[in-house]
Amino acid sequence: MAKRVAIVGSGQTNHMGSRPDVTGVELIHEAVAKALESAGLTRDDIDGVVIGNMDHFEGINGVELWSIDGNGGFMKPTIKLTTGGTTGSTLAIGGYHLVASGHFDRLLVIGWEKNSESDTTGAITTAFDPVWDRMVFAGAISGLALEATAYSQKYGVTGKDAARVVVRDRGNAVKNPHAHVRKEITVEEVLRSPMISDPLHFWDMCPRTDGACAVIFASEDVAEKISPKPAWVWATANRHLYSMAGDVEFGSLRSLELAAAEVYQKTGIKEPLKEIDVMELYTPYSYAGLSWIEALGLARPGEGAKLLWDGATDMGGELPINPSGGVISTNPIGATGLIRAAECALQISGQAGERQVPDVKVALSTGFGGCYWSDILMYGAKKP
Amino acid sequence: MAQKNPNLITLSSGEAFQPFRYSVGLYGSRFFAELKDNKRLMGVRCPGCRRVHVPPRPVCGPCYKRMEEWVEVGPLGTIATFTILRFAFIDPETGQKKPVPYGYGLIRLDGADTNFQHFLELPKDGKVAIGMRVRPVFEESRRGNLRDIKHFEIIED
Repeated sequence: MAKRVAIVGSGQTNHMGSRPDVTGVELIHEAVAKALESAGLTRDDIDGVVIGNMDHFEGINGVELWSIDGNGGFMKPTIKLTTGGTTGSTLAIGGYHLVASGHFDRLLVIGWEKNSESDTTGAITTAFDPVWDRMVFAGAISGLALEATAYSQKYGVTGKDAARVVVRDRGNAVKNPHAHVRKEITVEEVLRSPMISDPLHFWDMCPRTDGACAVIFASEDVAEKISPKPAWVWATANRHLYSMAGDVEFGSLRSLELAAAEVYQKTGIKEPLKEIDVMELYTPYSYAGLSWIEALGLARPGEGAKLLWDGATDMGGELPINPSGGVISTNPIGATGLIRAAECALQISGQAGERQVPDVKVALSTGFGGCYWSDILMYGAKKP
Repeated sequence: MAQKNPNLITLSSGEAFQPFRYSVGLYGSRFFAELKDNKRLMGVRCPGCRRVHVPPRPVCGPCYKRMEEWVEVGPLGTIATFTILRFAFIDPETGQKKPVPYGYGLIRLDGADTNFQHFLELPKDGKVAIGMRVRPVFEESRRGNLRDIKHFEIIED
């Protein structure tokens, strides 16, 4: 019989473009120490460790081996999960499953990345098929540009509409002490920034960040003893599409549509815009902030931009999205999806500080990566 | 390329190549043999969904059925989506900076149901759009790989 599972604590590093003051092990430890402190636990209370980053990035593989000193896993069951861009959300889903299985009561889940020490575009390119895909491919940016071209032409969405997403997220980031880029931006500044891969400008894209995030998942047997307001995981879903970019139907994110249908079915959500209080979405570039809220059922196809311009997803709107500032403000890739989970849990526990959305009862986070793959987790204040 | 900063640890194989030997499988081999010898582009049709897959592969992912019906596709096609790369980065295949800007597109070859990724020659007027017709420009001397096609060029149709 599966156990119910809650997030009872989390810790994030001081995310920055470069953290030469710490090694990878020290960066991981920074997040772990904060997570343990937030839950009032010590290393001895932890039953197991799950850790991951984007393989190939820092030129070091086997993080579960070399980070033991910092991750607290010495003589504990420790496993690695790594699924490219979705690594952070896979860590959260995997951590949830391990605790739900009843085999672990208090599980430490860690995502991290030190992008300043890596060649991210080269490394991402090696994740794609060496014979058919790599010749033209230029990492995440070019792949996302293909999607932006298709979506914008299909629905007549403009660069100005896309820039509205950046304005919202970067505006929110100002109030998040963990955010990497903390400076407001205007639509004009986004459109004036250099074109890097048509139709994406420099400021349409997420940055590369050094950072780590640790989240503690606990079973229903112990969660309420650890935290007065645990964030219960209500449901998870994920969908994998193709392995070759040429197979994907561009212009909408089918994997997210199907994953969303599953979590809404599992949780009885009929009108996500009304019933969900906050979302932390893994939207690594501007156009995703329009297209993917359509995939999540918040707007009809092609009408995501209207919701943005109406202010419905701003702080104080009907459904605030990315109070943290989102991926466009902070992107330590292996941690990015897990930060979304940590932020949702903070919102439900009422611990999100200046970025707190009032009275959050239901939250949703996503992860994105691979070949247009999607992960979703849903959380609630009430025990499911 | 040696790093100029002596404080950086540089992993380098010097002048040596790092050869990786990837199998393209029997289906990939047939595709490249037809491309090299006959300038023909080949796909395979799924007996379940009837979709024609290019590049050809033995199993249809969505249907999980074995595919054995070979179909000639193209050579003309339509731009399904595209981008123009404007930032330079190190190509992990060659260790060299990719020459930018370059266009690449997902091309729906006539008769195919998946897209084929390749370089797109940028027209002089700079106008590229989804739905434009393209044709492959073949190398004179072909070796049996993707570069036997130089790029696709936009045509009037």
